[in-house]
Amino acid sequence: MPEALIAPLDELATAWDDAKADPTFMAELQRMFREYAIVPSPLYEATRFSAAVGARILLKREDLNHTGAHKIRNVLGQALLAKRIGKPRAIAETGAGQHGVATATACAYLDLACVVYMGEVDTERQALNVARMRMLGAEVISVTSGSRTLKDAINEALRDWVASVDHTSYIFGTAAGPHPFPSMVRDLTRGIGDEARAQCLELTGALPDAAVACVGGGSNAIGLFTAFIGDSDVRLVGIEAGGDGIDTGRHAATISAGSVGVLHGARSYLLQDDEGQTLESHSISAGLDYPGVGPEHSYLSSIGRASYRPATDAEAMAAFDLLCKTEGIIPAIESAHALAGAVVLAKELGPDATILVNLSGRGDKDVHTAAHYFGLLKDGE
Amino acid sequence: MTAIADLFARTAAENRAALVGYLPAGFPDKATSIAAIEAMIDGGVDLVEVGLPYSDPVMDGPVIEAAAGQALAAGTRVKDVFDVVRVAAARVPTVVMTYWNPVERYGVDRFAADLAGAGGAGLITPDLIPDEAAEWLAASGAHELDRIFLVAPSSTDDRLAMTAKASSGFLYATAVMGVTGARETTSSMAPELVARVRAVSDIAVGVGLGVSSGAQAAEVAAYADAVIVGSALVRCLSGGVEPDAGVAAVRALAEELRAGVQR
Repeated sequence: MPEALIAPLDELATAWDDAKADPTFMAELQRMFREYAIVPSPLYEATRFSAAVGARILLKREDLNHTGAHKIRNVLGQALLAKRIGKPRAIAETGAGQHGVATATACAYLDLACVVYMGEVDTERQALNVARMRMLGAEVISVTSGSRTLKDAINEALRDWVASVDHTSYIFGTAAGPHPFPSMVRDLTRGIGDEARAQCLELTGALPDAAVACVGGGSNAIGLFTAFIGDSDVRLVGIEAGGDGIDTGRHAATISAGSVGVLHGARSYLLQDDEGQTLESHSISAGLDYPGVGPEHSYLSSIGRASYRPATDAEAMAAFDLLCKTEGIIPAIESAHALAGAVVLAKELGPDATILVNLSGRGDKDVHTAAHYFGLLKDGE
Repeated sequence: MTAIADLFARTAAENRAALVGYLPAGFPDKATSIAAIEAMIDGGVDLVEVGLPYSDPVMDGPVIEAAAGQALAAGTRVKDVFDVVRVAAARVPTVVMTYWNPVERYGVDRFAADLAGAGGAGLITPDLIPDEAAEWLAASGAHELDRIFLVAPSSTDDRLAMTAKASSGFLYATAVMGVTGARETTSSMAPELVARVRAVSDIAVGVGLGVSSGAQAAEVAAYADAVIVGSALVRCLSGGVEPDAGVAAVRALAEELRAGVQR
């Protein structure tokens, strides 16, 4: 990490430690979760989906949160911290746009100026979310450098931050990047797993056999996994974006097919060439289209506590279709990767297994992509 | 004494600041990048920084970012960077400026050995801090390379002292909080930063980020041991200019900057 950002990052780490220990701050955050974000989200038994895949599937309904994804948890915490340390401006990067929308929302709610960086490829495929952010008063800057996706949006946000850090908070969207972001994002999203663990015990009388989440940078997955790390009987499975298939090279399966390197201030798995240049990732899901991954996932993989496997675009879209048709729920394409992982795990674990899936977001933003993928609209419609 | 220490002894004796020029290897192509570096040495650059193009240059503004992208698209590899170093180092002390991941991927010790083999004098590492540089500290020691770390206006006093102590050759002071790129006015933060370094270390201090004219170079030379110029030189070769015209512009700018540091 550049020296220019070391002192600001150290200050942020100290500020977060102080805030976490302050009962007034945490009570205010919990109030915002409850009244504004509609968190805790329910745990839902997907009966018809379960019958179709051959195992008991429980969905953690983060898609029902305000703004439609788990991201609001992380953002409310970081935005409230920004207020606390007196920074009137917030910046963020976004891929699918869910983190950007959540940041724009929190900034409107807490009266912060907001600038969101988004790769040009993503502003095109997630145009609805661009409009949402602008409606909420945020400035959206389309990033035209590099692969014009999430990694380049992070580059541009870091360039802004190094010049603006005295009055600007960088509200980082995933459990990656430099310290303290991976641990702060984990602290703020771990409610997903804490709630789901209790809800699962109440509903079934036991812990699930497996907990499954999609992994791009890894915020929803670390949020789900953290509560279960001590429960050694619960398999933790992260589903990466397999794109067109690992063997095609067109994917974003960083742990499954990457190697260790340094990107955006974190040492972790990385998609890189033989000389350390970052490779472009590919996925139908803008939110998973990132060539790095959070360092805690790299660690959980290395110690064998969590396993990571890819689901291809085709597998994710088949699971997307199945959830729509069996449950009347349109998932985000990111979350559809977790569902695809559950389909495979159901076959491996058998009909007696209970599989907890984090339905991290809803699919409204993906209607255009999915309609195109499935050929649902005729010419001119 | 290293080549860089020799240089600063000489410029101090001449009662002037050194002029440090940056250009990326392979931009706009390998041959032109070599010609441009020769031209900036002809124009009066005392120390050359050869940039290793990287896919994610988060500390660089649009001019250097675009140049790096073009150099990579043209197929520039680490070995090409060493080829460029070899040419420059035959004339003046030459260092490589690189983000860390390509060095780590190449192998830190192997990189240091090959850089030393090409005649390189050291490495500038914009995204590596001494706290996380154990492997590079060892390799630079083994191959007698200078290690140039960066300090910024945001650096705490403790970090300034620690970074100055870990550095050799010179210390790179970033004049502003921000990315690389020519700026119309020089920074008011830079003199204070240099003074803070001088309070804790006698290492030579180079100031970079934003210098683009002879007048600005003269201003910075009044308080720094070296004036570092990057984007303004890269811009001479940008925008699809004819290679010969670009190289001539690099030389002309280097001459102007050199006159500036000698004022």
